[in-house]
This record gives sequence, structure tokens and C-alpha cells, in this order.
Amino acid sequence: MTTRRLVLTRSAAIVGAASTGLLLPGIVRAQSNRVRVGFMLPYTGTFAQLGLAIENGVRMAIDEKGGKLGGREIEWFKVDDESEPSKGVENATRLVQRDKVDVLIGTVHSGVQMGIQRVARESGVLSLIPNAGVHAATRALCAPNVFRTSFTNSQPTLALGKPMMDAGHKRAVWITWKYAAGDEAFEGFKDSYTKAGGTIVKELGLPFPNVEFQALLTEIASLKPDAVACFFAGGGAAKFIRDYAAAGLKDKIPLWGSGFLTEGVLDAAGPAADGIMTTMHYADSLDTPRNRQFRAAYASSFKMQPDVYAVQGYDTGLLLSQGVAAVKGDIANKQAFHKALESQTIDSPRGKWTMSKAHNPIQDIYLRRVENKDNKVIGIAAKALADSGAGCRMG
Amino acid sequence: MDLANFLIQLLNSVQYGLLLFMLAAGLTLIFGIMGVVNLAHGSFYMLGAYLAWFLSSRSGSLTLAIAGGAVLAVLFGLLLERLLFRHFYQRDHLDQVLLTFGLIYIFEEMRSMLWGDDVHGVSIPAALSASIPLTDNLSYPVYRLFMSGVCIALAIGLYLLISRTRLGMKIRAGAFNRDMTEALGVNIKRIHAIVFAIGVALATVAGMIASPISSVYPNMGSQVLIMCFVVVVIGGIGSVRGALIAALLVGAVDTFGKVLLPAVSGMLVYMLMAAVLLWKPEGLFKQ
Repeated sequence: MTTRRLVLTRSAAIVGAASTGLLLPGIVRAQSNRVRVGFMLPYTGTFAQLGLAIENGVRMAIDEKGGKLGGREIEWFKVDDESEPSKGVENATRLVQRDKVDVLIGTVHSGVQMGIQRVARESGVLSLIPNAGVHAATRALCAPNVFRTSFTNSQPTLALGKPMMDAGHKRAVWITWKYAAGDEAFEGFKDSYTKAGGTIVKELGLPFPNVEFQALLTEIASLKPDAVACFFAGGGAAKFIRDYAAAGLKDKIPLWGSGFLTEGVLDAAGPAADGIMTTMHYADSLDTPRNRQFRAAYASSFKMQPDVYAVQGYDTGLLLSQGVAAVKGDIANKQAFHKALESQTIDSPRGKWTMSKAHNPIQDIYLRRVENKDNKVIGIAAKALADSGAGCRMG
Repeated sequence: MDLANFLIQLLNSVQYGLLLFMLAAGLTLIFGIMGVVNLAHGSFYMLGAYLAWFLSSRSGSLTLAIAGGAVLAVLFGLLLERLLFRHFYQRDHLDQVLLTFGLIYIFEEMRSMLWGDDVHGVSIPAALSASIPLTDNLSYPVYRLFMSGVCIALAIGLYLLISRTRLGMKIRAGAFNRDMTEALGVNIKRIHAIVFAIGVALATVAGMIASPISSVYPNMGSQVLIMCFVVVVIGGIGSVRGALIAALLVGAVDTFGKVLLPAVSGMLVYMLMAAVLLWKPEGLFKQ
């Protein structure tokens, strides 16, 4: 009995030690001169195109700088995260422990991002977020080794309120899906619109990804607000735009929204989308030399047109490449490396941007109007807009 | 809420309620007559929607797609009954739940392999795409009236079939006493196959006519299945009349809830169900 218990406790201790050892940061990694970069992105399912665009962007930025990082060769690793939150921790752990990556680039889905966030905080591995806008990543759960190159969910809508008031829309109805991204987008809208003096007449919502909008559109028609502001994305967004027009609201009550409303859905939405106003940190038609040069180069490398996701991937590549160059490839000195990443200015196709204290882009947000299946830029809705970073304490 | 808005929301409620009834009727019919708990019922709704999208994008006509899809659905239902369900009528409910729960996964995987995981839109036929203006800024889409019309026609057809035809008489007899009916020379196996196919066809057609207004997306079946069970439980298990009343009730609570109490709208139908069950534990119309 005693011996059996002894064996049990000892093996438990060994297993315990082994597993915590694996989780400890800074455990001696296989020292080689190569920088190990891991992609954790969706390569199958609804977001497959986004994952591909991001990877293309990252590779393109690094190739433009000679294909190396701080003079060191790169070894690439890839994991398909399937946009599956329940496998987030497992997939991120695989890259960090098995592949021993120095940098983890990912991902698109906010739920999966929370898994990466956990692994990044526990392991201390550098984590670059090329899309997911979930607030917590650069607010309450921010970390010195976590950087976002995209946006927070409330950033586009933080720029929405003022131009709506400038256009004379004093009373607005807000409508979105009731889920995390919708709530976070509303936070930005509420903040900017009420500060600019607007009144939110009513806040309408339906469960994600329900697309039965009829009852809510009827309600909007009877409320007769000056404008409607919304957050929708993807297939549901195209449906909302079409239903809005079909309900006869298009020409009576102007529709405004976070830029994701019209990203990638203009073909599906057709003429129903004409005249919609959105705010976002990028637009395909942004008329700057930097953007034109980027778009031409991307199209010739990958035989397809870049989108906002490709730009975010590209900026991730730029940030990594500039950061590693600044410390001359010595990424083992984490404090200096993180400092270098923090202080970069990224000359992006979306315009120059810098890192906020909480590691989220401080960027211009553009005002765009849909014209003939194009998000036409008509001005800057907010200059150098930063996320609040509320609750972020870098430890 | 002014009168015009109220009336339109009432129309929205009835339309949604009737759609739920088409689904719940099949579910409760299959349970009431054969004693099978069919969790895969929502998957037929999803398959219907995907069929409508696939066939209409190929043929360019939703009407044609619905006609072709309905025939395919009935054949599929008969095949499934012969291969699987027939062997589960006499088993207990747990076995049936396991079988049909497994089927949900198989159908989702099939759908994913055949048609991918994207969201699709189906366009409303040009002849039905107009709106009827009711006040200067409120109007009601013709397609929704058409949907309600189809549901009402099918409900009446179902009622006549069961209460007024020879086949209906046999169905009722079989549900009441299987052995005695069989002893009187009725081919009960064939009756069951027909009832099952009717249930499948109702769910599939519901999915097809709903596809333009609900979009076509993965897991749409599971979402609607939950609502169906709420309807069946409120109405009283096995009662088609109960399903109709409960579906209209759920449609109204959901629609008006979305508009009047958007913050808690997701919970309201469950609160309704809880309230009904406290008052009448066996549902409104227990058979």
C-alpha cells in the first residue's frame, strides 16, 4: 500500500513538474540562428479567405525587406485554427511548445484570440494580432508581449458620431447583433455620438447570426429617426443592406455603420448599398501613393486584389521586420525587443500609424460612401484615433 | 407604438408563427403517430434552405427549385424512413434521441462537404418582390403574405387529409391502437412511411420558402429546432391544433419582444414556456 501510494505520488509529481516546466516562460529554446515564426490563422471555413490574405500580407512585407528578420533566416510554421474557440488554447500551445516559435501571428476570430491571449500571457511568447478586435486583448488582458496591428471593435464606431452630427442627424437608431463584437461596436458609437450631441432614440438588437430583420425594420420605419447606425458584417450585412432597401428605408433614412458593413459584401448587396456611409481604418480606393504602390505590388505577387485583411497582415510583417531590425536580431532580450516594437512608426497603406500604450494602433479613421460597388473615401472621420485601453496595466 | 406599426408587427408575428407551425406540425405528427422523437427535424429545414439556394442559383427560378426540392425531400424522407427510422419505432426514446442526434451531425457534415460553410442569400422571385404601402412610411412585403398563404394552405390541406380522408382515418386509427389497426388489414408500415414523408416534406418546404427571408447558413436547423420544441411543448406534445396556437403565440412574443424589449428578447419565449408549463404542465392541448 505504501509503495503503491509512493509510486503514485511520485509519478504525479513528475507529471506535474513536467507540465509546469513546459508552461514556464523563457525555458531554454533550441538555440539556432533562425527566427521561428508561427501563423495561427483560419485556413478553412468561413474565414479562410481572411487567413490567406493576412499570411500573404505578412510574407510580402518581409520579402520587401529582403526576406530576413534582422539579418536572420526565417523558419515558418502554420496551424489552421478553424475559427474554433474551443481549440484556441490547444492550437496556440502547439505552436509555442512543439514548434517553439519566437513569434506567434494570429488570428481572425475574437473567441480564438482569447485562447491565444492566455497562452501568450503564460508563455511570454511574442503575439501579434492581425485582425481580431476583441477589446480585452489590449485592455484588461493586455500584456507586454501582445501587440495588435488591426483595430479594436469600437475604433471604427468611435469615429462615427461626429460626422453623423455634422450631417445633421440629431436622432439615431442603433441596430446590431447582440454578441460581443456588436456590444463593443455600440460602445464606440454611443460614446462618440452622445459626446457630439446626438440622441440615441432606440437600441435594437437580435441574436447572432439571426438575419430576420423584418420586425426591427418596421420599428425603424415607425420611429422615423434622422439616421440609422449599425454594426453588421459578412453575409448577414449583405442581407441587412438588401432588406433595408426592400423595406423602403434606403431613400428615407440614411444608413451609417462601422466599415465592416460594406467590406467584401458590395457585390452581394448590389445597388441597395449605394449611399451607405461608413467609418473604417482603410479603404481599397484610398488615393495615396503608398496605397497605390502596395495594391499594385500585392496584385502582381498574388494575382488577386488586396483587402483590409491583407493590409493588416502587411502591417504585421512591417512591425515585426522593423522591430527585429531595431534590436539587430537579438530578440532574446525581450525588454529591449518589446520596447523597439512599441516605438515603431508603421508606414502603412492605410496611412502612418503608431502603437498606443496598450499596444493597439493609433490610426486615422476614414469616412467612406458606397458608390457603384466601391467604398469611396470622402474624408477623414477621426485623426490619430486611439482606443481607450481602459483597464490595461502592463506588468 | 401606433396602430399601423402594431398591425404590421402583428402580420410579422403571424407570418413567423405560421412558419414555426409548419415545422412543429411535422415534429409533433411524427411523435404523436409513431412515437419517434426526431431531433433531426431542424436539419430537414436546413437542407430545404440549402436545396432552394442550390437549385435556384442553378435554374434561376425559386418556384422551380421549390417544386423540385419538394419531390427530392419526399423521396429522401421515404428512403430515410425505410433505412433507419423504421427500426426505431419500438425502441425507447433514448435510442431515438441518440439516433437523431447523430443524424444532425451527419447532415451538417454532408452540408459542409457538398455546399461549404458560407452564408448564402436567395432572391425573392420578381413577381413577389413588391411591397404594399400601408401608411406613408410603413409597408408590408408581398413575399411574406405569400409565405403566410402557403403555410395556411398546407395547414388546411393537412387538416383535411387527417380528418376527412380514408388515409387520414387509417393514420388516426394507427396512432390510437397500432395492433388492432394492423389486425384489421391496414398496412401500418406504409402508413408510417407516408406520415414520416409528410413531416419531412413540411420541414423541407418550410426551409425552402423561408430561404429568401432568413438567408441560408450552417446550423440554421439547430436554431429553428429549439423554437420548434418550445412550440410543441407549449402546445401539448402530439397535438397539431396545440402546435398551431402555440406557434402563433411564440411568433407574437418573439416579434413584439424584439421591438419592445430588445435587450431581453432572446429570453422571452422561454419565459412564456415556463409560464405555460407552470399553469398547464402538459401543455395547452394535451391529447
